[in-house]
Amino acid sequence: MSDASYSITAKDDEASFGDYFALLKPRVMSLVVFTAFVGLLAAPEDLNPFVGFCAILFIAVGGGASGALNMWWDADIDRVMKRTRKRPIPSGKVTGDEALAIGLTLSVFSVVLLWLATNALAGAMLAFTIFFYVVIYTMWLKRSTPQNIVIGGAAGAFPPVIGWVAATGTMSIEPWLMFALTFMWTPPHFWALALFMRNDYDDAGVPMLTVTHGRRSTRVHILVYTILLAALAIGTGFTALGGPVYLATAVVLNAIFLVGAWKIFRRDEAMSEADNFAVERRFFRISLIYLFAHFLAILVEAALRLYGLGGWA
Amino acid sequence: MSFRVTHELHQRRRSRNLGVGLVLAAFIAIIFGLTVAKVSSGDFVATQPQQQENSR
Repeated sequence: MSDASYSITAKDDEASFGDYFALLKPRVMSLVVFTAFVGLLAAPEDLNPFVGFCAILFIAVGGGASGALNMWWDADIDRVMKRTRKRPIPSGKVTGDEALAIGLTLSVFSVVLLWLATNALAGAMLAFTIFFYVVIYTMWLKRSTPQNIVIGGAAGAFPPVIGWVAATGTMSIEPWLMFALTFMWTPPHFWALALFMRNDYDDAGVPMLTVTHGRRSTRVHILVYTILLAALAIGTGFTALGGPVYLATAVVLNAIFLVGAWKIFRRDEAMSEADNFAVERRFFRISLIYLFAHFLAILVEAALRLYGLGGWA
Repeated sequence: MSFRVTHELHQRRRSRNLGVGLVLAAFIAIIFGLTVAKVSSGDFVATQPQQQENSR
């Protein structure tokens, strides 16, 4: 296109490459990459390193594609919420149609390539994950039930299972334990965020637990889910995934997490407002370390196993 | 009339073109690398001439 046509077709807010990349939710993608990586390496199968790298890449691209489709569908509420207002579509950098095209194209590419690189079951799992996140969560349940976060958490919990299946081609109980860990971790993590990002979800009309059942109920929910999560996380330490390193990590982190959840439960709105939700913010920050450390410990156990040291055997 | 080459809009377009170019180059490298990895790990076994004879 020549410069002369600038005034007719070009927009001042034309997107850069980074704006298109932002459609893929890079921060969420980093979690997907890490958990899929752990799932792949914890599996008792040797995969060619380059094939393994490609498998992780395709899982990440699939996750990114579902992020783009999520932004396409949610552009209306993203415009309202402070946290999401600067995303590429609400800020006017990228059109909804472009996001849809990118999301669909990358979805097809990632699924087909994962299938060809590893196996059909892994490809099918990735396709189901994208479908689950975009259709079941984003289009259907996010705006219709206060349990939206619980269900959305399932989509984010699939990557380690896909990583495991990519390596082995079969299902077993271990990847589902990793699934359960992320699945149970998501609600307390997001509800803590909802407590201190107070008006965002109200303004957007998303039926977050804080909006539908009140903030007191959300605090109770955080505590109950954290107790269940702690039981699961520590219990996993005694399975084939666990070992001394994992168990020690889980005991320490779950103790810290439980104390945080208990403090959130004990506080009321006046106390939280007095210190600008310091406890809730801290709990949210710890939750990020919590998940990372658990998966890292699973990875360490898998690495030690190579030298005959990991696990309980 | 024309815009100077350094116009901010040109920079954004350049970043897009460069980005798409790099993605395509990476895609080619990945497909090539995967092919090499698959072939060398024995996932694809070439049909022997004898087998071809038998199948006729």
